[in-house]
Amino acid sequence: MTGMDSLFLIFAVITLISAFLVVTTKNLFHAALWLIMTLFGVAAIYVLLNAFYLAVIQVIVYIGAIAILMIFAIMLTQRVMNPSGRIFNKNWIIAALLGAFMFIGLVIISMQTGASKTTLPQISGQLDTVSELGQALVSPNAYVIPFEVASVLLLAALIGAIFVSRKR
Amino acid sequence: MIPTTYYIVLSALLFTIGALGVLIRRNAIIIFMAIELMLNAANLAFVAFTRMYGIIDGQVFVFFVMTVAAAEVAVGLALIVAIFRTKHNIDIDQLNNLKG
Repeated sequence: MTGMDSLFLIFAVITLISAFLVVTTKNLFHAALWLIMTLFGVAAIYVLLNAFYLAVIQVIVYIGAIAILMIFAIMLTQRVMNPSGRIFNKNWIIAALLGAFMFIGLVIISMQTGASKTTLPQISGQLDTVSELGQALVSPNAYVIPFEVASVLLLAALIGAIFVSRKR
Repeated sequence: MIPTTYYIVLSALLFTIGALGVLIRRNAIIIFMAIELMLNAANLAFVAFTRMYGIIDGQVFVFFVMTVAAAEVAVGLALIVAIFRTKHNIDIDQLNNLKG
């Protein structure tokens, strides 16, 4: 077992345990902190997969913006921060069965993609995924139109959020 | 080296945990967090396949998924705060005004 393998195992275990705690913790604030831990674990796995730019963006956008926004929302709805009643709804047995079936189905489907036989190819020298990604985003025969549409979507979401949450 | 399958199974597990969270929790904010978990699982699979095939399009998709997730969270949390202001509750079992 090489260093990379053990790093992968450590980060995978951290990610899964904190993800599990996100959906089972009673305290909302603790759930948000576990969510941040999960997002860090996923960012670390991006680094292992050579996606350095996405790892940084994961930390900045997901942890720096989305998770902090969640914490803001939790604090604005303070009274429900520590729910007193049961935290799961009545259908949890059916949901658990459904989840197990879904996991098995996902694994079976992913086995058919050929991923099981392939190990990750060795990286030859300095693979510059950042400039490749940047070129793909702005090149006219790649993703420039979705890129512009995404910026319009962000603007629309911003205005929509202000409109929805303003005082009437 | 680790086979790609490990990353895909990790992604499937993360997605299942997220889906379970959406199905069993009653608090709307936790459901939002579970949705984020599912989006992260999809992103993880995209990045793993990008690494496996050596083409960048998977990472471009992750970029767009993150954009949509940010927009979704901004609007969704605004909605939750607005609902909390009128109903003083964000328990989804109580939000059944539209039930016929």
